[in-house]
Amino acid sequence: MNLTMRALLGATALSATAALAQAETLTIATVNNGDMIRMQGLTADFTAKNPDIELEWVTLEENVLRQRVTTDIATKGGQYDVMTIGTYEVPIWGKQGWLVSLNDLPADYDIDDLLPAIRGGLTVEGELYAAPFYGESSMVMYRTDLMEKAGLTMPEAPTWEFIRDAAIKMTDKANEVYGICLRGKAGWGENMAFLTATANSFGAKWFDMDWKPQFDQKPWADTLNFYLDLMNEAGPPGASNNGFNENLALFQQGKCGMWIDATVAASFVTNPKDSTVADKVGFALAPDNGLGKRGNWLWAWSLAIPAGSQKVDAAKKFVAWATSKDYLALVAANEGWANVPPGTRTSLYENPEYQTVPFAKMTLDSINSADPTSPTVDPVPYVGVQFVAIPEFQGIATAVGQQFSAALAGQTSAADALANAQALTEREMAKAGYIK
Amino acid sequence: MARAVTPRRKALTTAAAWTVGVLIFFPILWIVILSFKSEGDAIRTPIEVLTSAWTAESYATVQERSDYFKHFLNSVTISVGSTLLGLVIAIPAAWSMAFVPGRRTKDVLMWMLSTKMLPPVGVLVPFYLMFRDFGLLDTRSGLVFVLMMINLPIIIWMLYTYFKEIPAEILEAARMDGAGLREEILYVLTPMAVPGIASTVLLNIILAWNEAFWTLNLTAAKAAPLTAFIASYSSPEGLFYAKLSAASTMAIAPILIMGWFSQKQLVRGLTFGAVK
Repeated sequence: MNLTMRALLGATALSATAALAQAETLTIATVNNGDMIRMQGLTADFTAKNPDIELEWVTLEENVLRQRVTTDIATKGGQYDVMTIGTYEVPIWGKQGWLVSLNDLPADYDIDDLLPAIRGGLTVEGELYAAPFYGESSMVMYRTDLMEKAGLTMPEAPTWEFIRDAAIKMTDKANEVYGICLRGKAGWGENMAFLTATANSFGAKWFDMDWKPQFDQKPWADTLNFYLDLMNEAGPPGASNNGFNENLALFQQGKCGMWIDATVAASFVTNPKDSTVADKVGFALAPDNGLGKRGNWLWAWSLAIPAGSQKVDAAKKFVAWATSKDYLALVAANEGWANVPPGTRTSLYENPEYQTVPFAKMTLDSINSADPTSPTVDPVPYVGVQFVAIPEFQGIATAVGQQFSAALAGQTSAADALANAQALTEREMAKAGYIK
Repeated sequence: MARAVTPRRKALTTAAAWTVGVLIFFPILWIVILSFKSEGDAIRTPIEVLTSAWTAESYATVQERSDYFKHFLNSVTISVGSTLLGLVIAIPAAWSMAFVPGRRTKDVLMWMLSTKMLPPVGVLVPFYLMFRDFGLLDTRSGLVFVLMMINLPIIIWMLYTYFKEIPAEILEAARMDGAGLREEILYVLTPMAVPGIASTVLLNIILAWNEAFWTLNLTAAKAAPLTAFIASYSSPEGLFYAKLSAASTMAIAPILIMGWFSQKQLVRGLTFGAVK
C-alpha cells in the first residue's frame, strides 16, 4: 500500500470518527402496531437525509407504554426524545406544559393539510403539541352474505334501530353465528371507548357544563339498556370478556354478523391470509339516532416531543419526516397505497390512487363526523369523543367500565350499574375538586 | 423404617405427580405450540390450533425486527450481576444472624421480609427520581443495583436457613485453630454451604431473569432486557399471539435450559435441611 493510499484511508477513518462523535441519537418510544413497525423499517430514508442523527427504538404494548412515558414525562426523566401518544394525552400534557409546541414546523410540512378534526384534537390554545402519525375512527363492519340472507341492505349511514333489527335477523345461535359483536371487557380504552362514543349518539354525556356526572340521566339509561338488550339477544356468549382482539378472532372465524370497532380492523378482516370471511365484508358508518351525532370515536397516534428534551431540533426533524406527505408517498412506493398510515392528511384523500383503496372513503367520512371539541349533542366542558381529556378519566372510566361489564355478564342490573357509576364518578370528581 | 409401598400406590403417586407436572408445564407448552403457528391459526379453537400447519415464520419475523442478542446479554448481566452482588452482602449478614444472633435478630429478619410485602409501584416514583438524579436510568448497573435490593431479603433468608444447619462447633474449631473472621467465612463456612449457596444463586438468577416491573420501568433502549423484548410484541389492536409466543419462547429458553441442567442442584438445595 503506498503512502497516498494510507493517508487517504487515515483521513477517511478520521472523518468517520468525527461524524460518529457528532451524531445525535434520538430515542423514540412507540407502540406495537403495523404502521409503527413499518416506519421502523423505513428509517433508512430518514438517516440518509440526516446522517448526523441516529435512531433508537423502544417498542412497547400500549398500556405499558402509557405508564412508562407518563412516569418519564411527569418526573422529567428525559429517557425519550420522541414519544408516541394518543389524543387522550395530548390535551392534558399540552396544558401541563410537558410538550414542545410544533407550530414552527417548516412551511413545506404544510400544517394546514392535516385533517381538521385530528388537528383540533391535538391542539391546545392554538398550539399544536403533537403531529398525527395515523388517525382512526370506528365503523360498522358486516358480513355481506349474512345481510343478504336476512333480506336486508345495509345503508351507508345506518341507524341504531336498523342495526338492532339486522342483528336479530342475522343471529343463528344453533350455528354459532351472532348478529353483533361489541366490546364488553372492562376498561377505559375497552368497553368504555365504545359505550362513550355510543352514548354521544344517544344524546348522553359524561358531565354537564358544571362537571356534574350524568349517569342518572335518561340518555345514559337509554344507551346502556339498548346495548344490554342488543347483546343479550344477538351477541356472543361471554361477551363481557371480549375486547378488540377477541371480537376480531370471532369475526374472522365467521361468527359475527356485524362488528362495530376501530377502522384499523378493516385491513385485518379483509386479509385472506388470516380471515375466513375476507371476501364477504362490507363497511358502513357508525350508527346514529337522528340526533346529529354518530356513535364513532376518533383517535390519532401522534408523535410529540417532551419539554426539556436536549435534542429538540433533531426530534422536530424526525417528527416532521414521519408525518410528512413525503413519508406517505414513501410507504406507497414501498408497500402500496393500502398500507399508507390513514387519517392524517387531506391531500392523501384527494389522491386519485388512494381513492381506489377500499374503506379509504369510509375512514375519512368516519373521522370527519367525529369532532373532539364538540363531541356530544349538548355542550360539554371537555374535549374528547370516546374519552374525557382529564387526568382522572382513566381511573374513573375503568371503574365505570367494570360496572357496565358486570351488567352485561348479568351480575348486576342496568339500573344498579348506572347508580354505582354515578356514585363513584361523583365521589372521584369531588375528590379531584371539579365539584363541591 | 421405610414404609412398604404397594405397586398400586406407587402407580397412583406417579400419576398424580405427572398430572401436577403437566398442569404446571402446560402454559409453557402451549406458548411453544402457538409460536410455531401462523397468526391466523393461533387464534382458532385449541383443536384447530393443534391440527393446523406448523411454521417458523414468527421466529423469522421476531429475529428480523428485534435485536434478541442485545436483550439477552442485558438479561444475563442483570440477573447474574444482581445475584453475585447480593451474595457478597448476604453471606456475612446471614452468618451473623445464624451464628451470633442478637436479641433482635428475629425482628431484623422479619423486617427485611416485610420490604417484600410492599407493592413495588408504591416506590416507583421515588426510585425513578433517584435514578434520574444519579444518571442510572436505562443503565445495566442501575438495574443490577435495584434487583439486588429486591432479592436481597430472599437471599439472606435462604442462606440463613442453610447456615443454621451447619454445626457452630465446626466454626468454633476453626477459630480455635486461629482462623480470623474472613477465613472462617471464606474457607470454612462457604465451602460447607455450597449446595445451599448454589440453589440460592440459581433461584435468584431465575427471579431476576423474570422480573418485569423494574426492568420495564427503569429502562428504555440501552439496558432493556428480555422482558422488554417480550413486551414489544403485545398489542391491544391486532393479531400478535404467534409472534408474542415466539418472543416468549426465545426469552424463557435460556433460563429453562439452565434450570433443566441444574435441576438436581436446585432440588437438593431447596430440600437441604428439610429432613432431619
